[in-house]
Amino acid sequence: MTSRDTILAAIRANQPDRLPLPEQFTFETTYPDLAAQFAEVLAFVGGQAVNVPDYAAIATYLRQTYADVLSIGTTIPELADVADLDLTLITVPHDLVGLNLAIIGGQLGVAENAAIWVDEQHIPSHFRAMPMITQYLAIIIREVDLVSNMHEAYRRIDVAATGFGTFISGPSKTADIEQSLVIGAHGARGLTVFILKE
Amino acid sequence: MSNLSHAEAAAVFNKDEARVDWHDETLWFVRSKRDRAAQSIPEWEGLREAASQIKNHVLSNMHDLLTQFEQKAIANGIMVHWAADAAEHNAIIRQILADNKVNQLVKSKSMLTEECHLNEYLKEHGVDVIDSDLGERIVQMRGEAPSHIVLPAIHLKRGDVGDTFHKHLGTDAGATDPQYLTEAARQHLRDTFLTRKVALTGVNFAIAETGGFVVCTNEGNADMGVHLADVHIACMGFEKVIPRAEHLGVFLRLLARSATGQPITTFSSHFHKPRKGQQMHLVIVDNGRSRQLGRADFRNSLKCIRCAACFNTCPVYRRSGGHSYHTAIAGPIGSILAPNLDMRQNVDLPFASTLCGSCSNVCPVKIDIHEQLYKWRQVLMQEGHGPTAKTLAMKTMASVLESPRLYRMAGKVGRGVLRFAPVVAENGLNPWYTHREMPEPPAESFRDWYINNKQ
Ligand code: SF4
Repeated sequence: MTSRDTILAAIRANQPDRLPLPEQFTFETTYPDLAAQFAEVLAFVGGQAVNVPDYAAIATYLRQTYADVLSIGTTIPELADVADLDLTLITVPHDLVGLNLAIIGGQLGVAENAAIWVDEQHIPSHFRAMPMITQYLAIIIREVDLVSNMHEAYRRIDVAATGFGTFISGPSKTADIEQSLVIGAHGARGLTVFILKE
Repeated sequence: MSNLSHAEAAAVFNKDEARVDWHDETLWFVRSKRDRAAQSIPEWEGLREAASQIKNHVLSNMHDLLTQFEQKAIANGIMVHWAADAAEHNAIIRQILADNKVNQLVKSKSMLTEECHLNEYLKEHGVDVIDSDLGERIVQMRGEAPSHIVLPAIHLKRGDVGDTFHKHLGTDAGATDPQYLTEAARQHLRDTFLTRKVALTGVNFAIAETGGFVVCTNEGNADMGVHLADVHIACMGFEKVIPRAEHLGVFLRLLARSATGQPITTFSSHFHKPRKGQQMHLVIVDNGRSRQLGRADFRNSLKCIRCAACFNTCPVYRRSGGHSYHTAIAGPIGSILAPNLDMRQNVDLPFASTLCGSCSNVCPVKIDIHEQLYKWRQVLMQEGHGPTAKTLAMKTMASVLESPRLYRMAGKVGRGVLRFAPVVAENGLNPWYTHREMPEPPAESFRDWYINNKQ
C-alpha cells in the first residue's frame, strides 16, 4: 500500500461518527459608516485611507506625495501617466525588485479589519510578488465595494476564480524583536488606500 | 532538544529572575491585546462555537474531505504527496530539491517542518536552508529552536538580537534599535528571496471544496519567497483541511485576534494554481495524527489552528519559557500533542500545568486543553511512564480521589500537616512542592464548613 492509502485507511478506521456542520456560522455586522470604520482600522494597522472623488484626484495626490520618486508602476490604465515604469516590459517577477511604488486595484475592502481582496484580476499572474516586493503600495477600491465583515467578503469573492488571491491589511510588519512594532518587514513599508466615491 | 525535563529546564530559565518577569509580562501583554480584540466582536462566543463545530465535523469527515481536497488540488495543477511520518516528509522534500538540481531552500514559518526536524535533515544532506520569518531567522542564526509558535524569538531581548546580527549580518556592535535591526534583516533576506529557486511554506487552512490553501503572515515573507521561486512546496498536517471557502470567514476572524490581537494578519494568501511556469507541491503529513484521531479523549487536539493564545495565557508557559518544553510545539497544546508522538520522552509535559483552565477559556476552537492534560496524566501513569517519585505520590492521589472517605481524611490530615509541620511538606518527598507555592491551608475545609453551617 502507498503511504496515501495507509494514511487514508487509518483515518477512515479512526475518525469518529459523522457530526453535522453548524447551521449558523456567519454573522451580520452593521457600522454606521463603512468608509469611516475601514479608515479607522487601517490607521490602527499602520496604513492610511484617502477618500477621493475620481482618478484625477488620485493622480494629483500621488504626484504630490511621491514627487521625487522614480520607479513607479501601475496596473491601472487611468493612472498610467503617474507611472514611469512600463510594466509590459517586465516578464520575470525578479525585475520588480527596483519598484518604489506600486499602484494596483482591489476587488473589495472589509470594514472590520481593513483587508482588501486582490487577485489575478488586479495583478497579472507573474506579478503576484508585486504588492510585497514594492517599497510602497497604493490600492484603489470603490466605496460601493466596502463590506462590513469577512463573512460578507467571502460571499462576494470567488477564491478560486484565479490561481492566487490575497487579503492585504496594512503594510508588512513584524514585532519579533522584543515585541516592538516595526513597519516594513519584507513587504511594503507603507500602504495608502484610495476609496473612490463614484 | 535538551534532555532536561520541563521542571529542570524551567529551573534553569528561572535563574534570571528579571528576564523571567519580562517574559511573563510581555506575554501577558499579548494576552490582553487578544482580550481587547475579542471583546470588540459581540458575536465572539458564537464564532468560537461555529469554529469548534466546523472542526468537529472535519474530524468526523476527515477521509472524504481529504480525498475531495486532493482531487481538486490535482485538478488545479498542484502536485500532491502523502507522508506517513517525519522521515517520509523530509525525504519527499529532499527529492523535490534533487529533481530540480537545487541545494538551497528559503522557508517561511511551518511548525510542521520543526516537528519533522527538516532543517537538520536537509543540512546533513548538504542543503542550505534559510528561515525567512524574522523571529525564526534570529533563532536559526543562534542555533536555537523557536520558543513560541507565533513569536519564535520571544525569549530574547533586543541586546541578544543585536549581538546575533552583529556576528552574522555585520550590524554595528552594540546596536539594539529594532527598526535598524529589522532593516538589516530585510536587506539580507531580500537577497535570499531573489536568489532561491525553491521556497517552502506551511499551510494554515486547506479548502476541500476548491483544492486551494491559505497561508497567513504579517511580514509577507511567505509571499516573497514563493512568488519569486520556480518551485513552491507547501507542507500541512492533514487536519488543516476545512470543507468550504466560506468557513474561512470564521477562522480568519478568530486567528489573528486570538494570536496577537490584530484584526487579521497583514497577508492572508489563497493559493489555487501555480503561476505560469512554476511547480506547486503540497505534502500532506500524518506523523501520528491518525493515531491521535483514534484516541477519543485526545482527538480534539487536532482542531488546533496554532494561534498560541493558550501559550500567552498559561502561567506555567509564561514563567518557564518555550524551550523548557523540549518539543517543537510548546505550551499547553504542545503538551497534549507531544505524548502522542512519544509517551516516554514527553511524560513530563502534561504535568507542566496548574490545570487552571485558562487555556481552554481562550482557545478559539474550544479545545478542552486542561481536561486533556489531566487525562494524559492518568494515561501516562497507567501505562507506567510516570517518573518514580511522582508515580508514588500520583498513585496515592489516584486512590485518594477514587474514595470519598479517604479524600476527606487526607484533607484533614493534610491541613494538619501543613499547619503544624511545614517541614514535612517541604522535605523533597512531595514532588509538587518544587513546582509551586504551597497554598495557605484553610482552617476549615469547604466540606467541614458546609456541614457546620448547613442548619
Ligand atoms: S490549542 Fe487553541 S489556543 Fe492553543 S494554539 Fe491551538 S487553537 Fe490556539
